[in-house]
Amino acid sequence: MGADGKRFEPRVVGFLCNWCSYTGADLAGTSRIKSAPNLRIIRVMCTGRVDPSFILRAFQLGADGVLVAGCHPGDCHYQEGNFKALRRVLLLKRILREFGIDERRLRLEWISASEAQKFATASTEFTEELRALGPLQLETSVIAGHQEVAQEVRL
Amino acid sequence: MRKITIDPITRLEGHGKITIFLTEDGEVGDCYFQVPELRGFEQFCVGRPVEEMPRITTRICGVCPEAHHMASVKACDAVFHVDPPSAAKKLRELLYSAFYVSDHTLHFYFLGGPDFVVGPDAPPADRNILGVVRKVGLEAGQKVIELRKRAQRVVALIGGKAIHPVTALPGGLAKALTPAERDEIVGHTDYFVEFGKFTLAVFDQVVLNNEAYLDLILSDTYTHRVYSMGTVDGNNRVNFYDGMIRVVDPDGSEFVKFHPRDYLQVLGEHVEPWTYLKFPFLKKIGWKGFVEGKDSGVYRATPLSRLNAADGMATPIAQEAYERMYCTLGGKPVHQTLATHWARVIEIMYAAERAAELARDEEILSGKIRTIPTATPTEGVGCVEAPRGTLYHHYITDGRGILQRVNLIVGTTNNHAAISMSIRKAAQGLIRRGSEITEGVLNQIEMAFRAYDPCLACATHSLPGSMALEVQVFDSNGTLLTSKRRGC
Amino acid sequence: MSRPRLALYWAASCGGCEIAVLDIEEKILDVAAFFDIVFWPCAMDFKYKDVEAMPDGSIDVCLFNGAIRTSENESMAQLLRKKSKVLVAFGSCAMDGCIPGLANLTTREDIFHWVYRESPSTMNTEDVQPTPHFTVPEGELEIPEFFATLRTLAQVVPVDYFIPGCPPQPPQILSVISAIMQGAALPPAGAVLGAGEKTCCDECGRVRNEKRLKRFYRPWEIEPKVEECLLDQGIICMGPATRSGCGALCVKANMPCRGCYGPAPNVMDQGVKMVSALSSVIDAEDPSEINGILDQIADPVGTLYRFSVANSVFHRKQVPAT
Repeated sequence: MGADGKRFEPRVVGFLCNWCSYTGADLAGTSRIKSAPNLRIIRVMCTGRVDPSFILRAFQLGADGVLVAGCHPGDCHYQEGNFKALRRVLLLKRILREFGIDERRLRLEWISASEAQKFATASTEFTEELRALGPLQLETSVIAGHQEVAQEVRL
Repeated sequence: MRKITIDPITRLEGHGKITIFLTEDGEVGDCYFQVPELRGFEQFCVGRPVEEMPRITTRICGVCPEAHHMASVKACDAVFHVDPPSAAKKLRELLYSAFYVSDHTLHFYFLGGPDFVVGPDAPPADRNILGVVRKVGLEAGQKVIELRKRAQRVVALIGGKAIHPVTALPGGLAKALTPAERDEIVGHTDYFVEFGKFTLAVFDQVVLNNEAYLDLILSDTYTHRVYSMGTVDGNNRVNFYDGMIRVVDPDGSEFVKFHPRDYLQVLGEHVEPWTYLKFPFLKKIGWKGFVEGKDSGVYRATPLSRLNAADGMATPIAQEAYERMYCTLGGKPVHQTLATHWARVIEIMYAAERAAELARDEEILSGKIRTIPTATPTEGVGCVEAPRGTLYHHYITDGRGILQRVNLIVGTTNNHAAISMSIRKAAQGLIRRGSEITEGVLNQIEMAFRAYDPCLACATHSLPGSMALEVQVFDSNGTLLTSKRRGC
Repeated sequence: MSRPRLALYWAASCGGCEIAVLDIEEKILDVAAFFDIVFWPCAMDFKYKDVEAMPDGSIDVCLFNGAIRTSENESMAQLLRKKSKVLVAFGSCAMDGCIPGLANLTTREDIFHWVYRESPSTMNTEDVQPTPHFTVPEGELEIPEFFATLRTLAQVVPVDYFIPGCPPQPPQILSVISAIMQGAALPPAGAVLGAGEKTCCDECGRVRNEKRLKRFYRPWEIEPKVEECLLDQGIICMGPATRSGCGALCVKANMPCRGCYGPAPNVMDQGVKMVSALSSVIDAEDPSEINGILDQIADPVGTLYRFSVANSVFHRKQVPAT
């Protein structure tokens, strides 16, 4: 429950690769497959383009969860990009854990262009998982050259 | 009671503060030396790989990072049950000796020395290196700058960086010396030895030939009969890098001699609510409060304590100076706090001679400077004499060498109780009923504190260098009655 | 014409930055002749009251080192901001939080619990804890409050310039001070001074080949070759994610960089850049093989954020609200 009594709606950011997962998501849309509306999609040419700092930036700006979705291993349009994404996500999850942030808030999925249902299911499941985890509530903001820092935050 | 606050005290690692309470008749009721700082190294190092500690703990102090670097790597050696090659130990000790020369010099010429060289009642603008230079000559100032330059260079050649060295690893050192580097270091250590003699001569001319200073040194205001702690080698001579810890009682008899790994059997730490720093004491005797004597667990770990706890110095010129000091001051042990300055100058000489010995030892060029650890890491204690006191690093790790528990007893901390007592005694002796709290009085209270060379010896070159002091007298309603300060 | 007024102050620091200033050796005499040093608690008589009495903006340049750990550090930061035309975050503590910033991976409660209760040498049967206000028979005693989170200078007051390093290397310090003394025009506010515009790798000089790592080594496990890149040999080195300017001193001494010069230009979070670098060089595609290699990174956050926890995206380890 949010402070105003309404149900908590997680804010989810998704980095989807152009060739596979974005196309899959698009297909889910045109096929009228229902999925949670919480996902804000950012299309990248390849998950290898996703600098891990983008993921942290998303959290910093208020995301409760971040999804990275790309081609299946071996199918990357650029050969190895998704393997880089895999290694980055695996290492970043450890970093998140040590910073006291539930690593389930970062999720990696392999979704091909034809897997519309898989996209919808993953997106909805992720949203529900985040709803159960609650808002991340990092209270950091940048004000005119100096930053205020939260003393205590919720996970 | 009326309250006098001296805030901040300067030339302490971090910050220090003194609060003096005056009774109705203007005598000192009590006096509190407060350390308003804590950073939490022992706790935030948990989870770190133990081999990183020689580079993390240097940040406890940027004036004596070498002390932490060495204590830490010795603890790491113990954790990994590894014995470094002899060449590595000698190189470590060489770096350490060079550092000692530099650090003690900084204190003598810029911090403590001016009180003697120009006089405790001299105008504040003169009580600094400029005044020292005027008294003993510009050449002296240049010699000191040159000395620091050379000593920092030796540290950088062996340790990688002059401030916050990096090369100490469990099992040895990361960097060997080239023959050219060694030759350069030999030249530097020769300079150290000449400089050590020069400094002993300065002390002689300026302090020992001055009756008034000798009286000051011997006065009761600056005397405490407490236990003395220091590290000694196999012949009970002072050693800064390695040995057994020896404690002698106020009469000079050996009270205990222990291996650093047994420090927990000997030392406890007392807590007070008005300061972040704890008060180490001798467990067997117990914490009896801020009192001196055989029945109090208060001890000192300073250059003077080291000389008290040892039977002599391991190098000839230093030994001669050692004998002379005790002869002049009436035998061992010496309890006059201001004699710490003398002991410090004697230690400069020893460190210089030791550095010169080690630099010429052929083994340091052997190139074999690492033993790769193979045993499972567990627990270890590493200990050195930091310039300001015995330094203990105690680490407990898991089987991968990740720290689980860290305990540190840091040089100046050993002396927290004694410093408190010295300040209080000086304040009680100098602030009497009806007396004016003059600038000179403030400085003489500082002298009680300054002799310990608190961890951060941040010196001045040509800058007016007396300590910032403000004395404010409040009545019992908290109204400011009078305020005196000492500016530059 | 009066001399420009200079102030130097230390907050929660180790003193290494003050020594680094002194390590410009005989040049310090020129500095002292050029500037009127109006506040330097480690070296001079001026006290807080003197700074309070100064007109606002009357200090031309203030070099502020140390992080903001206590209420005293914070009030001095605010005071010196008010009194200074140009406020410089000097050194890693003021700029990124440095080593004391590692305390942000633990809590004040855990620190106090260890230091005053659990540590094996502590004998505190009455469970005494230091406290900001305490009454003794004679009167009141005060010490500053220890904040829950350590902050950088810029997280407390606006800062004009930043000089990185732990400590800033003396030649760099000299170049900045000399530029000021020669009247050079100051760059736009927010600039980083006394450092390079690339990463430490640029100053390193070791030979770099294509990296394909199947494992990592801890520095004590092997004797690395002196000519080859340390990361190539499996030793984690923060060079790729660290700003240049120090001369790569640690690597030249055969020890890996640990990142004391802070993040490279235009980088908001130093550690995450190293996540990128390490991910690129690990030679594995199967998740369990990757995880096996990652398990060999002994302390990910403590290594990748050794000097920059306080200035990272998260600033501190998140703790449950109580």
